[in-house]
Amino acid sequence: MSLLDVENLWVKFPTRQGVFDAVRGVSFTLGKERLGIVGESGSGKSMTGRAILRLIRPPGIVQADHIKLGGDDLLQKSEKDMRAVRGQRISMVMQDPKFSLNPVMRIGDQLIEAYRLANKSDRKGAKSTAIEALEAVSIRDPERVMRAYPHEMSGGMGQRIMIAMMLIPDPEILIADEPTSALDVSVQRQVLSIMDKLVTDRGMGLIFISHDLNLVADFCDRVLIMYSGRVVEVCQADRLHEATHPYTRGLLKSLPRLDQPQGKLQVLKRDPAWADAPSVSGRA
Amino acid sequence: MSMLSVSDLNVWFGTGRDRVDAVRDATFDVPAGESFGLVGESGSGKSTILRAITGLAPTWSGRIEVNGMTLGPRRDRAFYKTVQMVFQDPYASLHPRHSVDAVLGETLHLHGFKDIDARVVKLLDDVGLGGQFRFRYPHQLSGGQRQRVAIARALAGEPEILLLDEPTSALDVSVQAEILNLLTDLRAERSLTYVMVSHDLAVVGHMCGRLAVMKDGRIVEIMDVQALRDRQATHPYSQELLRNSIGA
Repeated sequence: MSLLDVENLWVKFPTRQGVFDAVRGVSFTLGKERLGIVGESGSGKSMTGRAILRLIRPPGIVQADHIKLGGDDLLQKSEKDMRAVRGQRISMVMQDPKFSLNPVMRIGDQLIEAYRLANKSDRKGAKSTAIEALEAVSIRDPERVMRAYPHEMSGGMGQRIMIAMMLIPDPEILIADEPTSALDVSVQRQVLSIMDKLVTDRGMGLIFISHDLNLVADFCDRVLIMYSGRVVEVCQADRLHEATHPYTRGLLKSLPRLDQPQGKLQVLKRDPAWADAPSVSGRA
Repeated sequence: MSMLSVSDLNVWFGTGRDRVDAVRDATFDVPAGESFGLVGESGSGKSTILRAITGLAPTWSGRIEVNGMTLGPRRDRAFYKTVQMVFQDPYASLHPRHSVDAVLGETLHLHGFKDIDARVVKLLDDVGLGGQFRFRYPHQLSGGQRQRVAIARALAGEPEILLLDEPTSALDVSVQAEILNLLTDLRAERSLTYVMVSHDLAVVGHMCGRLAVMKDGRIVEIMDVQALRDRQATHPYSQELLRNSIGA
């Protein structure tokens, strides 16, 4: 049984030069798994994540045959009903914690607010839940962090706080848009393993959006590779290095490797046909 | 002969109890024509070393020698003819309201060149941007193209040393490959000396001959790239860094 079922998703932006299609006919399902979406900037991977939550601002248009969460079609919901979905049933972690936390509000107050929006609870109960949530993402001394402001936190801590906040309502699906690209390699690992543990323990579905092929190959179960708004290839993450599409192969080859020194890196040669080919279905 | 020599470099910010020692007793030597890497996590002081060399971090002590000349507290024009820097974020390092032509023209003017028009064309050519990019503004360029402009600007004074502060970390992998290839070619053509800061060991492994691993402002280890490839780091921190990067 899949948690999320997306069929024929389009994201369009009307411009003076005509309609620009940022996402073109993407279909996939998400079960209780870690689904990676990779691609370069401008490939439509972030737009796909946002479109699921209907976070595309007008004049942008989201169209799809359906975006089913459980039995409900998210596209049929009113804006008011969507608010009960966002954060509560589907949460999103963005790239940079600096821009997603309120800079003039203590972290504790933000966490408590997030909890009380979802649950009818008094401040005290909310506070202890918030502290538990911070402990769940391995933050030392959560009492102190509760009193601190976002600018007093490092990038890695900020990102863990964001993850804690997203997990308080216990959502069914977590969409993580480049959650670790602002972080150091050592911290990256930490944040990933925390996310991994939470996803497995709670049986959540995870959509992991990233431009880092190796990271996705390592961390996810299944990968969609996007190019100019379409899914060009779907593969098992551990088989990513056996990918067949020339675009995926080109991306993999353009990475410098420690174990295979080479004078010159291979540069990706783009074939216009890649953008024209129909989207591959990402149904499990 | 060493092109750049840094010994017992200390850099600090703030005073009293707010004092932060960003770099402590850093010592390394880069021979002419070599490409030297600085790796470490954020906050380890690797970018600060580059900033101290270019004079962007005023509070430092120790000794910095460029091409045999010891640097004083101020940098003169001759210094900037020899040493130039390329910054991490091509989106932030170009003036949004100056066209490519204005950016390069002004730089050339400051370096005291007369034949600016011909040189702008030549520079753009050298970094693989054609003449059609000359009158564009930064918002009309992609990230990779902007970084090429930033590299062209650094090359304007015909420097001998390029300091590269994470030149590709804001770019896609496919574009990263193009920029790294460009830097490799330029180094070969102009026999440049590079000091490159990166958190990506694979990039440093590809570009550099030797590298220093930094932690908490100190250089914990200087090793050959071959040792890096063979996973022969001796310091426990470098071993950990290697493990983290290879896994990723």
